[in-house]
Amino acid sequence: MAKIVGTITTSHVPAIGGAIAKGLQNDPYWKPFFDGFPPVREWLARVKPDVVVLVYNDHGLNFFLDKMPTFAVGAAAEYRNADEGWGIPTLPPFRGDPELSWHLIEQLVAEEFDLVTCQEMVVDHAFTLPMALCWPDMKWPVRTVPVCVNTVQAPLPSAARCYKLGQALGRAISSWPGDERVVVMGTGGLSHQLDGERAGFINKEFDLRFMDSMVTDPAWATKYSTSEIVELSGTQGVELLNWVVARGTLPQKVHKELANYHIPISNTASGLMVLEPLG
Amino acid sequence: MPAATSRQPVPGTTIFDGEQARKGYALNKMCYSFNDAVNRRAFVADEDAYCARYGLNAQQREAIRNRNVLQLIDAGGNAYYLAKFAGIFGLDMQDIGAQQTGMTKDQFKAKLLAAGK
Repeated sequence: MAKIVGTITTSHVPAIGGAIAKGLQNDPYWKPFFDGFPPVREWLARVKPDVVVLVYNDHGLNFFLDKMPTFAVGAAAEYRNADEGWGIPTLPPFRGDPELSWHLIEQLVAEEFDLVTCQEMVVDHAFTLPMALCWPDMKWPVRTVPVCVNTVQAPLPSAARCYKLGQALGRAISSWPGDERVVVMGTGGLSHQLDGERAGFINKEFDLRFMDSMVTDPAWATKYSTSEIVELSGTQGVELLNWVVARGTLPQKVHKELANYHIPISNTASGLMVLEPLG
Repeated sequence: MPAATSRQPVPGTTIFDGEQARKGYALNKMCYSFNDAVNRRAFVADEDAYCARYGLNAQQREAIRNRNVLQLIDAGGNAYYLAKFAGIFGLDMQDIGAQQTGMTKDQFKAKLLAAGK
């Protein structure tokens, strides 16, 4: 049976793409952020995943507001990146795993998560940049399954629903008859707000409490409504829902392999965690 | 049938809900088109014609003309789509943040740094 070897949760700010393109990894502004990733790469070299199931939100590349799925799962043989409008370099395509995708879709729909399935899908910076941070040579050694969560247009799925999706996704992955080693990624957040008079809002106390809950109390965030999460972490901080999904794929007890937190990257409090299942 | 309720409980914040999505549809659709470099160039070449093609209302057209983010949000714009509009002018998120909060860019960046202390 396939095995979830751990989760990587990280921020996905577009400016990271610009910094990678310009080689700014050791620039004083960027270094505290990029320094979080060599240990992730060492961990990946140890756990040797075959597949990454990547939970993220689209920012108006694949989905427009004409059709906005709450949850969507990719089922393509390949996922391409494309121009998002601000000219950061387009990254190489990602291999998919249609058989695993359809297995996950079947299992999730059987568990009453009525998904949108995508046999064609372009992936944006929320998918590509975390991959590039993990594999800077961009020769992706893994197959991928995108899981897209609506964090753009309210009503958003609740944190409680996202956690349950993660739990169902974990069961679906574990029931795949292959022997794949799977890493689940969740990207977005942590606290930030791009829009409105409250632009620039960051909440370090909340972020650190949330990161702690990822280890010790995984359902903690589910007590909040999505508008409460906006109040606590900003209009785009609500992307932490993708972390909640990823966390749901792991058992109650986890080992914290590493964590990094830095303010600011662009307008964002950046968080990074690697967790492994225990028991 | 009662109208869908709009809840905006967070000060200084417009949660992008169904009401905003309906109000801003044409504006966001135009901004979505800016994913394509050909469309970005077409906008720059003839802004009036491009806005007319997407059917922007007077409020949206004025907000685009003014490059004013708070006005664009008020006209139904969504941050993720407006970022594509800002990209045409090479503006980054600190430019956008400074404009919305009435700060200089340096003041806005200092505010972000201070949040980490």
